[in-house]
Amino acid sequence: MNNRSIVILKFIAFPACLVPLGVLVYRGFTNALGPDPIATITHTTGFWTLYFLLISLAITPIRHLSSRLGRLIRFRRMLGLFAFFYGTLHLFTYVWLFSGWDVRAMVHDIAKRPFITMGMLGWVCLLALAATSTTWAIRKMGGKRWQMLHRLIYVAAIAGVIHYWWIVKSGVLTPWKVTVVLAILLLARIVWSAKQAARKRKVAVAA
Amino acid sequence: MIIRKPSYIPSSEITPQSVYINRRKFLAGAAAVGAASLGAARWLNVAHPQQTVQADTKFTTIPSKYSSTGLTLTAYKDITTYNNFYEFGTNKDDPSHNAWRLKTRPWSVKVSGLVKKQQVFDIDALMKLRPMEERIYRMRCVEAWSMVIPWAGYSLSEFISQCEPLSSARYVQFLSLEDNKQEPWINSVDLHWPYSEGLRMDEAMHPLTLLTFGLYGQPLPNQDGAPVRIVVPWKYGFKSAKSIVEVRFVKDEPRTTWNESAPGEYGFYSNVNPNVDHPRWSQKNERVIGAAFWKARQPTLMFNGYGDQVASLYKGMDLRENF
Repeated sequence: MNNRSIVILKFIAFPACLVPLGVLVYRGFTNALGPDPIATITHTTGFWTLYFLLISLAITPIRHLSSRLGRLIRFRRMLGLFAFFYGTLHLFTYVWLFSGWDVRAMVHDIAKRPFITMGMLGWVCLLALAATSTTWAIRKMGGKRWQMLHRLIYVAAIAGVIHYWWIVKSGVLTPWKVTVVLAILLLARIVWSAKQAARKRKVAVAA
Repeated sequence: MIIRKPSYIPSSEITPQSVYINRRKFLAGAAAVGAASLGAARWLNVAHPQQTVQADTKFTTIPSKYSSTGLTLTAYKDITTYNNFYEFGTNKDDPSHNAWRLKTRPWSVKVSGLVKKQQVFDIDALMKLRPMEERIYRMRCVEAWSMVIPWAGYSLSEFISQCEPLSSARYVQFLSLEDNKQEPWINSVDLHWPYSEGLRMDEAMHPLTLLTFGLYGQPLPNQDGAPVRIVVPWKYGFKSAKSIVEVRFVKDEPRTTWNESAPGEYGFYSNVNPNVDHPRWSQKNERVIGAAFWKARQPTLMFNGYGDQVASLYKGMDLRENF
């Protein structure tokens, strides 16, 4: 895969990532958001935040499957930023549609409602990652510090899934699907690092 | 062995080339029509349930002084496709898809407990007990959305006087249908069935409390709690039990399903109260179902706007403790 094909793929992938928003806007105009449109908008933006988080977390495990998939890294930043994008839309829904810009009510919510605290935690992590997503930031921070900061993606993903569990009514189990996927993606990393450590030990012993 | 000569087949029987070329599309189309008509039949069953109800398809209702005025009614479509009726699934559109399974005839309501004598009321007799009124009530769900619904029924107090409860009866319990053939989700949803709700005697006797048989002047669609339910407009919607099969008069506060499931979140009284938040979300505002999303939010009223009529029932009670 040469550079040109990656650029072409990005030109296709970028608008594709905007499709969920496009569908939502279209449904808004055609009055197809259902009887409780605020809930529909909140759920849709929330789900897509989680989905983009999971997709971006899947990049590294997939790359490990074959050396030819190495170029996938070039898409990870875009996917991560889309997670932040949909997360911000989701936050915006809460700020505007649920709270009516009432700052006092929101501060009270963040302090008193655990699921909102968890959601805010996730979003703040994504904000930090988005702000330091540029090449300039990587250079300024230095690779090692940047890498450490960007481990916050795990915090954001876990916070997002807990946020989901904490909002559904007791007895409802729909969050289990994203929980399983996240668990697999995190497990894949743990397994791979364990394998790497074992490989390093073998080399050290051989030397 | 007879080998037919090609001339036996008239040329008029030759399949036109365009049809032959598109034969797969034709088959797919036929299958789609077949599936659609099956689906349409089922949809028809659900969206126009009055076709499956054996009672009169329209009630004669008289207007009531207890109706709220000056409110925009929620569309029939929203009232009948946005429901919480977990016996038929936990998604909002599940009841309208699955409640066709509910058989509303024959139906009777058993009266038991602390009464002069146990009785069984047939549903059709129950409907004729008193003139039906149209009661336009606000409905506020604990999930912070609301509707305005034109119910049809008469005050529960009229039914209670027929029940002849003893003076020792201090609470009324309502039990809903529990039948895992008609309501398969009973097996998968972790709630204590049958659905049980209850009211204090004075709440049950209040004229606002409605023994309800219809909405928009027609018999209740299955997903809205056919053929008989109660509506208690100043409390969160889950207190308005659906598809009632038994009314029991008891001495002590009866068990209520949501309180059993999450006692910290759903109290026995569950009066609509913007000052007492649900542990996980605020109750200060509500989303009006059917309104455009940029103007759907409105402040929640104390006792759902029925404070003038019911506040006296709770004089001296700590409504935060007795949430």
